[in-house]
Amino acid sequence: MILSIYNFTLLTDKIHSFLSAHMSEEFVLTTELVLIGLLIVTFVAVLAMVLIYTERKVAAYMQLREGPNRVGIYGTGQVVADVLKLVLKEGITPNGADKLMFNLAPYIVLSTCIMALAPIAFGNGLVLWDLNIGVLYITSITSLGVIGILIAGWSSNNKYSMLGAMRSGAQIVSYELSAGLCIISIVVLAGSMQMSEIVNSQADGWWIFKGHLPVIVAFIIFIIAATAELNRAPFDLAEAESELTAGFHTEYSGMKFAMFFLAEYINMFVLCAMAATLFLGGWMPFHIGHWTTFNNVMDYIPSPLWFLGKTFFIIFIIMWFRWTFPRLRVDQLLDLEWKYLLPISMINLLMIALMNILGWHF
Amino acid sequence: MIASVFYFLSFVSIFFAVMVVVSKNPVHSVLYLILTFFSIAGHYLLLNAQFLALVHIVVYAGAIMVLFLFVIMLLNLNAATEPVKSSLMKFAGAIAGGSLMLVLIAVLSKINSIQPAHEVNTQIGLIKNLGKILFTEYNLPFEVASILFLVAMIGTVILAKKNPHTS
Amino acid sequence: MGNVSLIVLMACGIGFCGLAQLVSKLIAPSSKNLQKLQAYECGVPTIGASWIQFNVGYYLFALIFLVFDVELMFLFPWAVVNKEMGITAFIEIVVFIFILFLGLLYAWKKGALKWM
Repeated sequence: MILSIYNFTLLTDKIHSFLSAHMSEEFVLTTELVLIGLLIVTFVAVLAMVLIYTERKVAAYMQLREGPNRVGIYGTGQVVADVLKLVLKEGITPNGADKLMFNLAPYIVLSTCIMALAPIAFGNGLVLWDLNIGVLYITSITSLGVIGILIAGWSSNNKYSMLGAMRSGAQIVSYELSAGLCIISIVVLAGSMQMSEIVNSQADGWWIFKGHLPVIVAFIIFIIAATAELNRAPFDLAEAESELTAGFHTEYSGMKFAMFFLAEYINMFVLCAMAATLFLGGWMPFHIGHWTTFNNVMDYIPSPLWFLGKTFFIIFIIMWFRWTFPRLRVDQLLDLEWKYLLPISMINLLMIALMNILGWHF
Repeated sequence: MIASVFYFLSFVSIFFAVMVVVSKNPVHSVLYLILTFFSIAGHYLLLNAQFLALVHIVVYAGAIMVLFLFVIMLLNLNAATEPVKSSLMKFAGAIAGGSLMLVLIAVLSKINSIQPAHEVNTQIGLIKNLGKILFTEYNLPFEVASILFLVAMIGTVILAKKNPHTS
Repeated sequence: MGNVSLIVLMACGIGFCGLAQLVSKLIAPSSKNLQKLQAYECGVPTIGASWIQFNVGYYLFALIFLVFDVELMFLFPWAVVNKEMGITAFIEIVVFIFILFLGLLYAWKKGALKWM
């Protein structure tokens, strides 16, 4: 059962009817668009700050440190201070750089990852554009980010940037394949690519429970591939600081660098939200069989909280990876994808398809 | 509304297509080509062919353009390495392009009037219908496509791994 | 919302990026000198160009990726109708993936998947 008090379509309908009562039709549309724009920008900015703070705190606790703890309560003001510092920094465009491309790259990287937010279902009815191929939309838009990275690295006219860009390009495109296969395996089970339908198909249990072993394998492969696509440790050899200083954004400073940083964290959120939606039921509450009381209590937790909770759980796992595994070499990284993950995920996809046809899942 | 979006997208795609040809730097050309593909994907969206639009973005703007960038970096093409075209080549190009235009004009002038297609199923571009058609009517082409992929892959490997000892 | 939201999101991304850089440009100090504008390396002037010829390995992986990426696009329509089309479509897909798998095996055996 899905509680109606947390159905956000009611809220959006109310806003729409309130606006229509007072204004003409075109004006209503404009107002709504501006509202959405403001919401998205605020969300993105707040999200990035929260993620940076989480990253630093998680890293600190894993290394038995305190982490940021001076600015604000428990160091929460640290990120704001960092952003202020970045705003006050001078943006340098090196002499040898290709000026047009150098300045264009942050726009490409940032706008592609913000565009990927459109079909994500943040809660019951809380989705910007619930198009019928939402999953494919996210994969296609995020795959454009690599072009921004390649252009950034090339235009800097710096050896570190160039090497970093080439490495991360090869890495991102390779791992896109096994991530795509894992996504397809859930599409097979749900029978739809629409985000809302995938969530609804998990009303009686999340896919990771319903699909047992094959889906768990798909989930693990997806998390590995997502980590690699994000260029995060242990797959961070594109920006391996001991050999390439900062990878493709070595030459970027000030706000342009901040844009790359922001895009990286939004990308992390998008991929983790995708994992949460596909495998962990999106905004669906956690239910156990016939425990009616327990299920009712779970229903009272608002759906966006469920969604954000699951997403942040996966983000935490990815942050955990960083402090657990040592960095891979290039050949190991490519071997892992092409000789292990890709064949395994292909066979796994076939198994899931067979399971779905024969009805072997719960 | 739709018409103005159509004209805007058409303008953008033609403008950037011209920029692809005009710009001296190959990497700039690739970027303009991506923007062209993007606006063409917008055209597909206007036709309610969402799957096709996204495939266009994934395959062309995503994969093929990454490949192009890698090729440009592999061959180290820059504005400086752009070969100087002699006036003879320009002349030949103008003749070739001009005759193509002539053919197109001749063909288009045969059409008396462009009529909107009637009773088109606007849901045809949606993915479920595509899947059903692909696995009922077009079984064989689908399988042949996989053999095409196989050939492409073998060709790639042979081309790139030609002489493993010399490199 | 529909397609319009796409334009809004794109505008958000571009606007946010542009505004942030504009604000930074207005309040940040600016001093240019020749040393500062050099490529960032280890302190001494760079030797040789950075736009150099790259390894063929990257190109090879990009090509194999392209083949598999197109294959993924072929799988999406099947994934949606998998349940309805049943076992016949499944066998077709098994053949499809098997043929591609042969390609992967070939590349593997020829050493194309080995770095350098």
